[in-house]
Amino acid sequence: MAELLLDDLTVPLRSFDLRLTLAVERTVALVGPSGAGKTTVLRTVAGLTAPRQGRITVGGETWFDAARRIDLAPDERRVGLVFQEYALFPHLTVRQNVEYARRHAADEYLERFGIAHLQHERPARLSGGERQRVALARALARDPAVLLLDEPLSALDAHTKTAVRAELHDLLAELEMPSLLVTHDFEDAAALAESVGVLVDGELRQTGTPADLVARPADAFVASFTGANLLHGRAGPPHAGATPVALADGTVVTTADDASGDVTLAVYPWEITLSLAPPHDSAMNVVAGPVRSIVELGNRARVTLGPLTAEITIDSVARLGLAAGQTAYATFKATGTRVVVAAGSSL
Amino acid sequence: MRRSPLALAAPLAALAALAFLVLPVVAIFAHTSPGRLLDQLSNPVVKDAFVVSARTSLVAQLLILILGTPTAYLLATRRFRGRWLAVTLVELPLVLPPAVAGIGLLVAFGHAGLLGSSLDALGVSLPFTQSAVTIAVAFVASPLYIRQAIAAFEAVDVDLVAASRTLGAGGTRTFFRVVLPLARIGLIAGLALSFARGLGEFGATIMFAGSLQQVTQTLPLAIYAEFDVNFDAALAMSAVLVVVSVLLLAGLRIVLSWQSSSSTTSRFRFGPSISG
Repeated sequence: MAELLLDDLTVPLRSFDLRLTLAVERTVALVGPSGAGKTTVLRTVAGLTAPRQGRITVGGETWFDAARRIDLAPDERRVGLVFQEYALFPHLTVRQNVEYARRHAADEYLERFGIAHLQHERPARLSGGERQRVALARALARDPAVLLLDEPLSALDAHTKTAVRAELHDLLAELEMPSLLVTHDFEDAAALAESVGVLVDGELRQTGTPADLVARPADAFVASFTGANLLHGRAGPPHAGATPVALADGTVVTTADDASGDVTLAVYPWEITLSLAPPHDSAMNVVAGPVRSIVELGNRARVTLGPLTAEITIDSVARLGLAAGQTAYATFKATGTRVVVAAGSSL
Repeated sequence: MRRSPLALAAPLAALAALAFLVLPVVAIFAHTSPGRLLDQLSNPVVKDAFVVSARTSLVAQLLILILGTPTAYLLATRRFRGRWLAVTLVELPLVLPPAVAGIGLLVAFGHAGLLGSSLDALGVSLPFTQSAVTIAVAFVASPLYIRQAIAAFEAVDVDLVAASRTLGAGGTRTFFRVVLPLARIGLIAGLALSFARGLGEFGATIMFAGSLQQVTQTLPLAIYAEFDVNFDAALAMSAVLVVVSVLLLAGLRIVLSWQSSSSTTSRFRFGPSISG
């Protein structure tokens, strides 16, 4: 599969330079606060913003190389860019929007994204979720070598967002192309991408799997920005308003959210308390295991145990006498968990 | 509830203003019988003036469209040093007294003018020809189109242009398939205003092109010429211009109402449940 390479890319922004070296093979999410330069990365790859130096290559094809004075126009780069607010052509129908990318491919993509029945509508009459499907269909009809998604979930209301996130997760998993998405929401990034980069003031602070970032944040900013632990499991039948989820190691935790089938649960490190003895409160979720690492960040520490990372104060670490290798118990409430991805929903 | 003095005075003032504005227009049709007005339409002076006005207006508007559209697009989309100066210069004829425009055109393109000798060398003589009328009309009317066109192009969402490029369309295809359709209504409105202004052109034309029947005598010039010779002819031509003006204005209203009814589609607005 082709790989997108950003090599020593420098793009001048208003108050700082964006500097980036990044290899994208499958799905990479860039997260960071607004103004960090996330959208600029996408615009630069698409050829809409010119870098000052560096190289952009896709599967051996050079799109930009400052040293060799190569700078392909946006229409010469095979990119599918999905804009934050989708940028659908308001004067064209759904079908015409898709055909704009490629003349005879509309039927296939309208079908694939379940929007064939909307083909004669104008974008103004579509819901947020429908607009996103049209934008994705249009971007993929272009037959891109790289897919770029700008804040793919931010224009959606909370209800639509959960469903669309699951759809997008499945789509990205089945697409055989490097995909780069940017979002200000770590949870979205963790749910959609295998690899997450934290971008602050134009610089990549840290890159890793979502679990890496939660367990071993490089600095306090990454720690505060990267939120949740993600637990993968299988949901059982709900009981008394709670859904049991069996994790890979056999531990069963309960969530207050509705879920079925294979699910991913988010648990924030600060929702978790640690103890050395098994807790007596049977209403709490308990995950037991040896402490794998303790990372200190100022007056707090991130303690990893089994699939979970907890954030507790340095004082608590000392009081408990926690050390790596020791068996500990992590407890958290059912209401402290959230279902972020429910698999099985497909496009 | 007690009505304030203003609540009584405002409708009265509005009524007076309306009467003041409408009365002269009504008077044109009321002064002579409709039959005599219609008879005058076959008067050769009237017919010639109508043909001169129609031909020069069409050619002038075509020129404005062909040269003004790219000018407006560049001014709307490019940021360069001296842009504000370019915009000011383009708008200048709008506020320039027509007589001043006429003098300017004469000393620029006349025989003794700036470009006079160059034009003479090419065997071109402009003053007092029909081309001079076209030039005078284009000069005074173009700012109305260009201003409106700049606003129309500026209103096109830059993301749509960017989207078109990333979907594989080059600059030309993007312009004709995305920018032009979205700016269309503004451009039509600008052209209508420019056409109306050009049709009424008087001062610059009479100074630069004179008032020769069949050659340079447009409807406004013929009205002035017939005013103390054949008043009915002057009235008939005035009536023609009133009708054309009303049709233009009504057409403009209709076109602009399309824009407001489709404005929800020209930019994205999300419903109340969707934050954006």
